[in-house]
Amino acid sequence: MLKTFPKGGIHPPENKLTSGQPIRRMGIPKTVYVPIAQHIGIPAEIIVERKDKVTIGQVIARSGGYVSSNIHAPVAGTVTKLDMIVDTSGYKKQCIVIRTDEKDPANAEVPEWPLKSEITLSPEEILQRISDYGIVGLGGATFPAHVKLHIKKDQHLDCLIVNGVECEPYLTADHRLMLEKTDEILVGIRILMHALGVGRAIIGIENNKRDAIERFRERCPKGSGIQIAALQVKYPQGGEKQLVRALLGREVPKNGLPLDVGVVVHNVGTIFAIYQAVQHNRPLMERVVTVTGKHLQAPSNFWARIGTPIADLLEAVGGVPEATRKIVSGGPMMGKALKSTDVPVTKGTSGILVIGEEEASRGEPRNCIRCGECVSVCPMGLEPHLLMNLTEKGMYSHASNEDILTCIECGSCSYVCPSHRPLLDYIRFGKSVVKGLTPKTA
Amino acid sequence: MDSILNSVILLTLLGVVAGLVLYVVSKKFHVHENPLIAQVEELLPGANCAGCGSPGCRSFAEKLVGSEDISDLFCPVGGNEVMKWVSEALGKEVAEKDPTVAVVRCQGSCEVRPKTSEYQGPRSCAISALIYSGETDCQYGCLGDGDCVAACSFDAMYMDEATGLPVVITDKCTSCGMCVTACPRDIIEMRPKNKRDLKVYVGCLNEEKGGLAKKACSVACIGCSKCIDACPKDAITIENNLAYIDPEYCTLCRKCVPVCPTHSIIETNFPPRKVKVAPAPDTAGSVTVKPQSDA
Repeated sequence: MLKTFPKGGIHPPENKLTSGQPIRRMGIPKTVYVPIAQHIGIPAEIIVERKDKVTIGQVIARSGGYVSSNIHAPVAGTVTKLDMIVDTSGYKKQCIVIRTDEKDPANAEVPEWPLKSEITLSPEEILQRISDYGIVGLGGATFPAHVKLHIKKDQHLDCLIVNGVECEPYLTADHRLMLEKTDEILVGIRILMHALGVGRAIIGIENNKRDAIERFRERCPKGSGIQIAALQVKYPQGGEKQLVRALLGREVPKNGLPLDVGVVVHNVGTIFAIYQAVQHNRPLMERVVTVTGKHLQAPSNFWARIGTPIADLLEAVGGVPEATRKIVSGGPMMGKALKSTDVPVTKGTSGILVIGEEEASRGEPRNCIRCGECVSVCPMGLEPHLLMNLTEKGMYSHASNEDILTCIECGSCSYVCPSHRPLLDYIRFGKSVVKGLTPKTA
Repeated sequence: MDSILNSVILLTLLGVVAGLVLYVVSKKFHVHENPLIAQVEELLPGANCAGCGSPGCRSFAEKLVGSEDISDLFCPVGGNEVMKWVSEALGKEVAEKDPTVAVVRCQGSCEVRPKTSEYQGPRSCAISALIYSGETDCQYGCLGDGDCVAACSFDAMYMDEATGLPVVITDKCTSCGMCVTACPRDIIEMRPKNKRDLKVYVGCLNEEKGGLAKKACSVACIGCSKCIDACPKDAITIENNLAYIDPEYCTLCRKCVPVCPTHSIIETNFPPRKVKVAPAPDTAGSVTVKPQSDA
């Protein structure tokens, strides 16, 4: 019996169309659009000006505080303007536009280096580098990595969990990365174990990625303290709290962090970025993006530079098909529909999903029939139907007492609701009111 | 006979005991309340709209009676008249404010502001604003889901189905400000009502550069500053490519209206200008008269 989390969860059709497609390298785009708010927390501060020449990997926006991250030039070129561009939030946000210098040899260089497994830096140097090199959680939440790795003296840590779950349907970015960069990821895990001073690490992978599990088992050196765990396929297993519960049986307290139960969780993409930063001095400038959809000619996985317009990626898979109804950044469960294809790839873009009419439209909402489906699938043990009604009626303090803030916004409730009620839409709004971000009217 | 007598005595005794208990309790736990509070509450409109900042008229009355200085407290619904009564009843100084009325600073109807995407989800401005900038390319304008209309407790607003924009019925508007709070985009502003409800204001909030603003909406303010040149009173300022007419300095001369190349300045309830083509007649007292070019 494979491990999994006990409460709730669903199993939507996997649709992993691109799991057999090797990661292709996107060419360097002519122009890159680099937003300054690519991570959770304070946006970075721009430190370049118009007409400045930038070299590849140069810091162009400096971390704006503790929970923030540096942003580096993904290409060598010239800053043409500081402009407002629509990003995944659906709003125009400040962004740095860099025109690529095609003659610069640094742009032509393919960032593939032989494996370097010897760790030479001290733990402090490693943590400093992770912070300097703009590493954020690449699983989708884009939480600055150095914040998670900052362990206070009174906190006890005994296990590093590596998240290779990729429970979102359609997405295969992490899967391909695990297959193609197995050794690098293993070195990355050792780097983190060294930096954190923990002797134990577990790589959690869902059982629909048998090849990745086997490859890790083959390559993983004996006695290194790294364990590979196959997990039952269930959404949202990639959620931190769900993964910790599934692998170690520890319950992360509500409003708490995995560190409260002695665990740090990092995504495989983040681990690879840390390997690149520590071993090859390379800041976070590119990531794996799955471009997929049933109507696409050639769905595939790409290494894309941060700031590449999504339109370029869509062109590389044969253009946007006629039947397209929605283009989503991220997976179908938690992703966000995009307003325009000019939106650039950011550190958090794990996939671009192109969906047609049959999957895109939401049903007409009807009355709640009190079937309790949403309650039974909620992985956090909440009552989504109640939270929605409370938000709709403006009873925010009651909603807060019902732990609305612990919702991880996985969307399982909206997915199973037979009455097509927009549960998550309301809960998300309720959360923003309870957090005090939005005025109390709906 | 006995049983009747017994029950009468028993019930009388019970009544007396209960009466004594109630008497003692009411004396012992008596809360003294200033009779002025009830008196002031009588004077207030009783709409419980929270426009004054207090949750209801009762708590506003408590505040009025309780505070020494009430010059910063004001009931927008009752206006100067009610505040004068309050002042007489309490013998305290009250502020005098010009009556205001809500105006919708967006003219982005479906015709002039084309839709570029489609939103499927709960029809609420607050929720859709959380997700993205709206169905059009203007991220400053009206979302058209009517949160302001839902927030109005005086029936003073409705959604115009033809334009998809909210309309304020000026006669009913009490300027409680609930619509202003409800709007996630700050589109609704309280402006002085003046005599005959004359208003001149910029019906746009788009802060983008002229070309981009115009592309998203043909009646957007492009920040060209022609209105500044036309204004004899320096009442107009431009910040972030957007003009704003300060009601404090505006004398309602209307000189800025015809010079606006995108017709984004709105004038309401003025008599028709003396031009060859007469503007639409003013029917309901709240109809927005589209600015007419003088040329």
